[in-house]
Amino acid sequence: MTSLPVNWLEKEKDRRKLNVDASAFSDKVYEGLTAACALVVPGLVIAIAVAVFAAAWPAFAKLGLSIVTTSDWDVAGGHFGAAPAIFGTMVSSAVALIIATPLAIGVAIFLSEFSPSWLRQPVGFLVDLLAAIPSVVYGLWGIFVLIPLLREHVMPFLRDTLHLGATPFFSGPAYGPSMLAAGVILAIMALPYISSVSREVLMAVPRSQREAALALGATRWEMIRDAVIPYARSGIIGGIMLGLGRALGETMAVTMVIGNRPEISASLLAPGYTMASLIANEFSEATNDLHLSALMAVGAILFIITLIVNAVARWLVWSVSRRRAQ
Amino acid sequence: MRTARNRHLVSGAMIGLTYTAAALATLPLLFILFHLIVKGASSISLDFFTHMPKPVGETGGGMANAIVGTLILIGIASVIGLPIGIGAGLHLAEKKTTPLAQTTRFLADVLNGLPSIVMGIFAWEVLVRPIGHFSALAGGVALGAMMIPLVTRTTEEMLLVVPTSLREAALALGYPKWRTSISVVLRTALAGIVTGALVAVARIAGETAPLLFTALGNQFWSTSIREPIAALPLQIFTYATNAYEELHRLAWAGALVLISIVLVISLAARFVTRSRFGAPVD
Amino acid sequence: MLQSTEVLREKPMRVITPTVQVRTPEPTTSKDEARPCIVASHLSAFFGETAAVKDVSISIPQNAVTAIIGPSGCGKSTLLRCFNRMHETVASARVEGSVEILGSPIYGDGTSPIAVRRHVGMVFQRPTPFPTMSISANVAAGLRVDSKSHAARGATSEIVEEALQRAGLWAEVKDQLDESAMALSGGQQQRLCIARALATRPRVILLDEPTASLDPLSTQKVEELVYDLRQTVTVVIVTHNMQQAARVSDGTAFLLMGELVEFASTRELFTAPRDPRTESYITGRFG
Repeated sequence: MTSLPVNWLEKEKDRRKLNVDASAFSDKVYEGLTAACALVVPGLVIAIAVAVFAAAWPAFAKLGLSIVTTSDWDVAGGHFGAAPAIFGTMVSSAVALIIATPLAIGVAIFLSEFSPSWLRQPVGFLVDLLAAIPSVVYGLWGIFVLIPLLREHVMPFLRDTLHLGATPFFSGPAYGPSMLAAGVILAIMALPYISSVSREVLMAVPRSQREAALALGATRWEMIRDAVIPYARSGIIGGIMLGLGRALGETMAVTMVIGNRPEISASLLAPGYTMASLIANEFSEATNDLHLSALMAVGAILFIITLIVNAVARWLVWSVSRRRAQ
Repeated sequence: MRTARNRHLVSGAMIGLTYTAAALATLPLLFILFHLIVKGASSISLDFFTHMPKPVGETGGGMANAIVGTLILIGIASVIGLPIGIGAGLHLAEKKTTPLAQTTRFLADVLNGLPSIVMGIFAWEVLVRPIGHFSALAGGVALGAMMIPLVTRTTEEMLLVVPTSLREAALALGYPKWRTSISVVLRTALAGIVTGALVAVARIAGETAPLLFTALGNQFWSTSIREPIAALPLQIFTYATNAYEELHRLAWAGALVLISIVLVISLAARFVTRSRFGAPVD
Repeated sequence: MLQSTEVLREKPMRVITPTVQVRTPEPTTSKDEARPCIVASHLSAFFGETAAVKDVSISIPQNAVTAIIGPSGCGKSTLLRCFNRMHETVASARVEGSVEILGSPIYGDGTSPIAVRRHVGMVFQRPTPFPTMSISANVAAGLRVDSKSHAARGATSEIVEEALQRAGLWAEVKDQLDESAMALSGGQQQRLCIARALATRPRVILLDEPTASLDPLSTQKVEELVYDLRQTVTVVIVTHNMQQAARVSDGTAFLLMGELVEFASTRELFTAPRDPRTESYITGRFG
């Protein structure tokens, strides 16, 4: 082994000075590039907000709150009341959550607690796969399979056999395209989101919690009800809100099955409208600037609502993982 | 009466309910796949991939223009979405808790939940209105913007799985920081990152709403990025809502093709990352 | 046998604090060990405001194995990592004082940590082969091959073989050099990491509890190879296993709560320690 000169590091420094400087420079370039990429994300959110609100401003300025409160959508006359669309978005999402939540939580509990291990992967995969199906495929299936099914079997069953037709929620003619159809499709679309988040938070509950309950003599169900679910509760609510966010913003599937009738009705069997459908249907044929601006305004409202719902959802889910880390 | 026997009965009943829920939850997927195959499989032929749609009223024809259109749109979207998403993911995985990192992480998740129609009107406002006409480029950019938050988060997740000891080993060998990040950490996580990218591509390949007012759709054969372009999901929508049965048939076939792509990629993704999921945490 | 005064005459430096006594190292065959290899002077290492290493001054001899022992959390790993400027890779970490390796200060102005690390090898507690690289690529990972010519590649494979020989792994892997490094057992992977560190022909190699995660047989192999390495490399090994320190090292330093309590030849430290704290530790009263 040859011995290095006394100041081996000095010589090294001189010889490799260029390389060393190059490394420092390359490091800076690398950090700059990745930071720039990261900045695109908040940049995009700001850009979307600015663009949409700027385009919506003329309508807000001219029409004010009437966009939200009135029902008269009259392009020629210059009245743009989107209340039916807003109503429809809320109701269809509510129906979706009512149907999807118990199912999703049931599946999540099944997968995290009771499922035999050979079933866990396949069932979990099949449920998660629902999230991957494109919206337009849901819509296609909705038009040609779900709506006939509802019209010929489910709706008569609800209205006549169960006599629910007497209530305002199931009254009126039932042609198929309806709030109920939209609610069912949205439920299927929201299910995987609620289920996947719930499953994760349930699995994250420490085994010690479960064992403590069982050691006290709880049945398996009681253990879940009293020890596991309360621990995971905020995460599950976060999952539900995530599903809600998905349902609120859904466009294609809903447009294809809801009937696109801009009227507020109490009946689930009647056709309806949603904000997303409104925009989808009219945007490419917007005739004048105010019309366009009104549609942008609806888009802005949708943006804000989904932003808030998704932000809250995320915060809830995060708080569970932060608690677990403690 | 809360006897032990009653409590056990209740427990058993609830467990049974969860089994039922699981069964019900897997039904829709199987239902949809079943109908897609039954109604669409017969129309899948070489013609479907190579022929243009026939004029209304005639039988036959295919969706060649839509398939090529979707491929072009995915291409544009990937060129935008993948580099930015991977770069952002690298930043998040390394900087972890700086204000920029936390903000980006939070907003990426929020963006992931953005209604795709809002992305569509945004892209219209920025790329169609100023230019004056619809274009494939606008559609590709809208889809690319949707890809960014998806790829960012999956990339970050995959990078975080790489143990810090590997990074330390590289640093101890005298690697500069950038080389550690790219030649060691990124390289180790590459399989997972590619998988995440593929999943994002599959996601946006099926999106319709952002294309409604950007790419618009095109009845004719077009590969120009400055013109409106056909896309598979757009075509499915147009045909499904049309009056003619023949077009419905094509819509089912198109949907089957679309979902087959999505399924294959999802299965592959699941396979690649299979070791990361499974049993409950202790 | 060298006297402490000869070491001092080579280069004037304030190395010795009143509480530390440098012991004469065991004789080795190289005549380069006239000059100490690593000289730390009033070295302190901080994580934020907490000092993990407090005012340590130590002179580590060349071509010998020096062990650093002490209870968990005493700062021995931190001290080791100051010798190749790895401590500063942690956020909010900083170093005060100076460290010289073979006479050159490594914390000087304009001294690049990357250059330092290229000349000081390090092996960690858990084996860390690069999973996407083959065995030979792993060994060559630290080399900077500037040209892809046939000659350069030939030189690389010679270096790889030499490093694997020195790590005692050549016979076991010479037929599978292109296979993934992850196919090896834990002990083999750790020896691969040692080969990787040796490939750059460093003058110093730092081992941070290298056998902590290995089975007894692999541990023995690594200890044998460490003992052999001292003829050509200066080895500093951190270990929580006193028997291991006694087996492989020429000199041993005992650290307690960030302070250097005693540094002596291994025989002396373990049979006649000067400091009562050392005696308590090695007789198992704590730690």
